[in-house]
Amino acid sequence: MADTVPRLRTAGYNLYYGSFRALRDITIDIPENSITAIIGPSGCGKSTFLRSFNRMNELIPGVTVTGKVLLDGEDIFRADVVALRRKVGMVFQRPNPFPKSIFDNVSYGPRIHGTRDRGVLASIVERSLRDAALWDEVKDDQQKSALALSGGQQQRLCIARALAVEPEVILMDEPASALDPVATMRIEELMQSLKQRYTIVIVTHNMQQAARVSDFTAFMMTDGFRAGNLVEFGATKQIFTTPADSRTEDYISGRFG
Amino acid sequence: MTRKGAVESAMRTVLLCAGLASLLIVAMTGIFILREAMPAFREVGVWRLLSGSEWRPGQELYGLLPMIAGSGLVTLGAVCLGLPIALGCGIFLAETAPGWIRGVVKPSIELLAGIPSVVYGLFGLVVLVPAVRGFDYPGNAGFGLLSASIVLAVMILPTIASVSEVAIRSVPDEYRKGALALGSTRWEMIRTVVLPAARSGILSAVVLGLGRAVGETIAMIMVIGNSVMMPSAMGGPLPGIFLSRARTLTGNIAVEMSYATGLHSSALFATGVVLFVLIMLVNSAARALMARNAGGGRG
Ligand SMILES: Nc1ncnc2c1ncn2[C@@H]1O[C@H](COP(=O)(O)OP(=O)(O)O)[C@@H](O)[C@H]1O
Ligand SMILES: [Mg+2]
Repeated sequence: MADTVPRLRTAGYNLYYGSFRALRDITIDIPENSITAIIGPSGCGKSTFLRSFNRMNELIPGVTVTGKVLLDGEDIFRADVVALRRKVGMVFQRPNPFPKSIFDNVSYGPRIHGTRDRGVLASIVERSLRDAALWDEVKDDQQKSALALSGGQQQRLCIARALAVEPEVILMDEPASALDPVATMRIEELMQSLKQRYTIVIVTHNMQQAARVSDFTAFMMTDGFRAGNLVEFGATKQIFTTPADSRTEDYISGRFG
Repeated sequence: MTRKGAVESAMRTVLLCAGLASLLIVAMTGIFILREAMPAFREVGVWRLLSGSEWRPGQELYGLLPMIAGSGLVTLGAVCLGLPIALGCGIFLAETAPGWIRGVVKPSIELLAGIPSVVYGLFGLVVLVPAVRGFDYPGNAGFGLLSASIVLAVMILPTIASVSEVAIRSVPDEYRKGALALGSTRWEMIRTVVLPAARSGILSAVVLGLGRAVGETIAMIMVIGNSVMMPSAMGGPLPGIFLSRARTLTGNIAVEMSYATGLHSSALFATGVVLFVLIMLVNSAARALMARNAGGGRG
């Protein structure tokens, strides 16, 4: 990984839900313009870890953190949270479009960040929908309610909505787990086309998916105290063919989890 | 039939009877009032009753327009004053209040709903009427639409606040997370996502408040002045209309019923019919909104 620049970095990062330590001492460098998959058994802290990069954990009462999380070398806890979330977008496990029109969903971010001009908004919406591979399906019907779309379309709409604020990083928490195989495939293709310009971090419990789509893979697991640890991180090929840690090998070969 | 089955079917019959009884009571009340109002409808005419601007029982003039205007204006005033505060309360309770403040504010709002209206009338009489009298305005005596609107605003506040709190609370958290993750501030999230999603629930809160406002009687009698006159700004700017005395439809009945006879009495029953229809309209609007709310699901 010497030839890649880390965009996201954590160092000695711990997270507590009240007194329960959910993440223990995680240090990782996530390279830019690539897809990094976080895999591991259910409950090992993947979602919690992902939410650390856009400080969404702060919405949960009782959460405390120690250690560092850096975006482009800057401490995200010192940054303005609104500015941070403009740079680090998120796509959730279940598609969550607003109960508004397709257009209003995609233009939501630019609007709250101050873009008023209808023409400018329309071109942002078109570009984002194209990038999310949804444009051809909805271009004639942008005033339709987003809730009338299929699950797969809704998830691509949420991706378009995130793209519209021009983030640097996109976090995806099992973005295809609520979708059928065809919709899942479309999301995976989409991620491939997006990684040229964005740094993507995806949580998945589906190892085939991780192997298919990602460039790098982080394997997490709980330790004896139920706290999530980073067991191994490396190029996806290496993790899936010659894992360094026996626990990674066990997990990948389906011996547990 | 088993013993359990017998109890079951007896229970069902009892409940059915209770349901039918309430229906019967509403129907009988309606029919009775309508029957008493018939002479007035026949002799004065529905249109003259509704559009006549003179109410002088001594001269057999029975126009309800001043009272319709009085009820309408005082309700409008109450909603304009009460809605922002009530909605603010609902948003505060549902979105931003820390647990312990909520624990104090919510019971006090519920208490507000339980205070008998005559007590609100007293409050208006002792506090608001003298305060409003302080405005230097022709004909202003403190009694009138402004005092009444303020009293009524306080009375509908608990309804609107608690119903809109429920509506705001029922907005799925996914919307909030989605908005925050896109970089909205908390207030932007509330304004642009939560409130629009709770819109129809909030609207039905307002309509429920309207229902309460239109029907309020005793507190209105105590502060509104009860003069039979078209509310007017008395030559001043239009908002001055709220310093005018007025009478509500409810007050019209309550003030005059004790001595009315003949056609006069029938005209008061006709006032009741007008109220009955108004409340029915408001209630069905509320019901329609709620049904849309429940049926619309995430919408
Ligand atoms: N909001 C929360 N409050 C308290 N504990 C939580 C919360 N969310 C997750 N946890 C706990 O943190 C651990 C990691 O959860 P999570 O990050 O959701 O795991 P994963 O996404 O890998 O399944 C679990 O033990 C879970 O019970
Ligand atoms: Mg998860």
